[in-house]
Amino acid sequence: MKKWLARGYFALILLFLYAPILVLIVFSFNESKSRSNFTHFTTKWYTELFHNELIITSCWNTIQVAILASVLATILGVFAALGINAMRKRSKALLMNLTYMPVINPEIVTGISMMLLFVYICGVLNTFLGEGTVELGLWSVLIAHITFCVPYVVLNVLPKLRQMDANVYEAAMDLGCTPLQSFWKVVIPDIMPGIVSGFLMSFTYSLDDFVITYFTNGSSFQTLPITIYSMTRKKVNPQINALSAILFVVVLLFLVLSNVIQSRAEKQREES
Amino acid sequence: MKRWLSLLAVVFVMMVGMPASAFAASVAEPQTLRVYNWGEYVSDGSDGTLDVLAEFEERYPNIKLEYTTYASNEEMYAKLKSGSASYDVIIPSDYMVSRMIAEDMLLKLDFDNIPNFLDVMEDFKNPEYDPTNEYSVPYSWGTVCLIVNTDLVTEEVDSWNALWDINYDGNILIFNNSRDAFGIALKRLGFSQNSTDPEELELAKQSLIEQKGFLQSYVMDEIFDKMESGEAAIAPYYTGDGLIMQEENPALEVILPKEGTNLFVDAMVVPKGAKNKEGAETFINFMCETEIAYANVIDYLGYSTPIQSVYDQLDEEILNDGVSYPSEEYLATCDTFINLSDEDNKNLEEMWVDVMAAETGTEGGNPIFLILIFAVLFGLSIYRAVKKHRNREL
Amino acid sequence: MLKKLASTPYVLWMAIFVVVPLGMMIYFAFTTADGSFTLDNMLQIGKYTSIFLKSINLAVIATLICFLLAFPAGYLLSRMKTRRQNMMLLLIMLPMWMNFLLRTYAWMTLLENEGLINHFLELLGIGPLSMINTQGAVVLGMVYNFLPFMILPLYSVMAKIDPSLFEAAADLGCNPMLSIWKVLIPLSRPGIISGITMVFVPSVSTFIISRMLGGGQNMLIGDLIEKQFIGSSYNPYTGSAMSLVLMVLMILVMAAIGSFEDDEMEGIVV
Repeated sequence: MKKWLARGYFALILLFLYAPILVLIVFSFNESKSRSNFTHFTTKWYTELFHNELIITSCWNTIQVAILASVLATILGVFAALGINAMRKRSKALLMNLTYMPVINPEIVTGISMMLLFVYICGVLNTFLGEGTVELGLWSVLIAHITFCVPYVVLNVLPKLRQMDANVYEAAMDLGCTPLQSFWKVVIPDIMPGIVSGFLMSFTYSLDDFVITYFTNGSSFQTLPITIYSMTRKKVNPQINALSAILFVVVLLFLVLSNVIQSRAEKQREES
Repeated sequence: MKRWLSLLAVVFVMMVGMPASAFAASVAEPQTLRVYNWGEYVSDGSDGTLDVLAEFEERYPNIKLEYTTYASNEEMYAKLKSGSASYDVIIPSDYMVSRMIAEDMLLKLDFDNIPNFLDVMEDFKNPEYDPTNEYSVPYSWGTVCLIVNTDLVTEEVDSWNALWDINYDGNILIFNNSRDAFGIALKRLGFSQNSTDPEELELAKQSLIEQKGFLQSYVMDEIFDKMESGEAAIAPYYTGDGLIMQEENPALEVILPKEGTNLFVDAMVVPKGAKNKEGAETFINFMCETEIAYANVIDYLGYSTPIQSVYDQLDEEILNDGVSYPSEEYLATCDTFINLSDEDNKNLEEMWVDVMAAETGTEGGNPIFLILIFAVLFGLSIYRAVKKHRNREL
Repeated sequence: MLKKLASTPYVLWMAIFVVVPLGMMIYFAFTTADGSFTLDNMLQIGKYTSIFLKSINLAVIATLICFLLAFPAGYLLSRMKTRRQNMMLLLIMLPMWMNFLLRTYAWMTLLENEGLINHFLELLGIGPLSMINTQGAVVLGMVYNFLPFMILPLYSVMAKIDPSLFEAAADLGCNPMLSIWKVLIPLSRPGIISGITMVFVPSVSTFIISRMLGGGQNMLIGDLIEKQFIGSSYNPYTGSAMSLVLMVLMILVMAAIGSFEDDEMEGIVV
């Protein structure tokens, strides 16, 4: 009885979470533009989607920013974590507060404050270089993304560093490693799980970000979320549904794949 | 480990070194032209119409268009004014053109590059918003109309009052921009749409707040869906767009209210900071070509044309539909927006936010509550901090 | 020594791109267009009290609903077998990875007067109900978008609770309700706090959900701020003042519910 109650409850939660997405997917195969009457099966919206240059470009822009931002944020964050870990309590606390700033601030506040800075930089540069030479675009979006991603890297790597036995590093030195070697061969492998999860988190947050990009993207640099937003404000276009379906399948595959890899790795660990 | 790193490095170099354009097959070095236009305001090739932008790129293979859209003059203005963006061609309405001229935001056009300007009707040359006609070339013109769904509204509608009719509670839409919304409220009350009189504006503001009680929502381009699918009963919008909606949903009727309405001209201009002025002029000239302008403004948009050769080709049907080219007498009752002073603009914008912010039934809310919330939260946090401090000392 | 230097680029980066922008925001909040000091921007906010109150009100309701839905879910999840647990976690996280604009858009099409839900209701002989463009729709959007952010932290603290504690409580005479109150809730406090933070903060400051599901009639703080920067005019002065108030409000809320009390603030990051 209890078991069934629990199952029923979960079924309802999942229904709530998935029903809207499933409706979108079903209607992506709808011949007519109506969102409530299913007329005929068609795949034309998918064909149109793949010929929609704006969507293709913004997809590419999104991936470009996500890769650049997460790689740079990871490098910056790993070094930051190393430094913070070696610090004394007071300066450490100060830096941690700084790290939490972008995490706890509402996105819109981060967005507008960065917009203020970027607009100011543009203004200053343009007075020297002439009107219209510098404007917001890839660079500002990239900086903004790195800024909100780094804290996640730091927060993921730091606990791993703390767990690490400091003696191992010294042992490696005693065994004849140069500091650099022992860093590469001992420290980095040890904190690798933290680095990977920090990187993945940055990557997905960057892929998905709308609010901060919205305030820092300037005139023509559009990421996918920005394009989706402008599509929802116009005449309805079932290409949105097709896009949702594709994204859903991609996310599903990715999650299943990462789960399989993870459980396999766990099994291997148990066996060895 | 090393393999991973080197792979990352390669990917990284690839990403940095290659701008998105590297992936497009490039013919020579294509120059980009950034066009910023209203949403749903250019023929995009759907339903067998001419894809004007694709046509342009085909004709000028060395120019690559970057086309983005905005929902209102004010949104476009905010984006440009913030300095966060620059464009080569934008298409604001009359009053916004003169505001931008006044604020020195536009470049003078080189009309040698726009020979098709000769084809612009005399009435549209040297307009009020650009008296010396150095900055702008008209794109299209039109009026604001009432769109009525006759399935939901059975009585005869001929006045702006319909938008304040409580019988259609929850089925009324209105413009989501200050100038158009206030324009309608002012006109309904019998004032000029360009009124800056504080009392008249206050009355208009009050009536907009009153209207909020039975409104469905504030819309711009979202209106197409809502009217076509029968989501709403009555809405004001630009006449050309109204005619397009009517094609999709024959139950819709396009009506010019008896009080008169707004008459507008949208014009192509080049903002300061444009990086490709010559390309911009090529584009403007292209849009004025008879065939292109006909396909774009008449076939697709359903707006009215300022181009003589296009006008000469119009069907009797369009000329006599009563709304596309209204009679001289009716036009005389209409207002064209003029540019307001900085002070008045700011004032209007603030009143608009007041309207949007107003809670129907309550007067703005008492700031005391807000201060109280802050005080309570502050007290709680202090309490927590003190408690924590004590715990630590123990 | 060398190690401490490793964080220098990070410190510089954060100083330039976090501290300076926030500093500029504070500066703008207290200046006029010609650069002189003023309190006007801050005083203006009094005019928008109703919007602030409404945002807080809706966000509180959404957070409460999320909590009521997520608490049993998190508990049940934490008592499942590992295999099942992973599967369920995956299912709950999956929608979170879809872009939230698309998820909100989905509700937009469902709630319309002519939408799917009303069509169903019609078959049952009810309605049509007007659901879109109401405060209820906005709250629904918040709950839908942020529910997983409540379930996950609750689950992760509850999974760490030793089941024998409940047995002990039962042995000592607690009925199930009492042991929830005396054992489960106190032990899952960190999860509750981070869940509340992660739902409340984005709910209060959203402008997309209110715009898409509230029809522009249900303006929230986020909309108000967005309007000052991109929406209809460029007025960074009042806009900054509003953002500053929002930021302070958030920090106070977090301090008041005790988000800052765990030394590491774990849990804020899932």
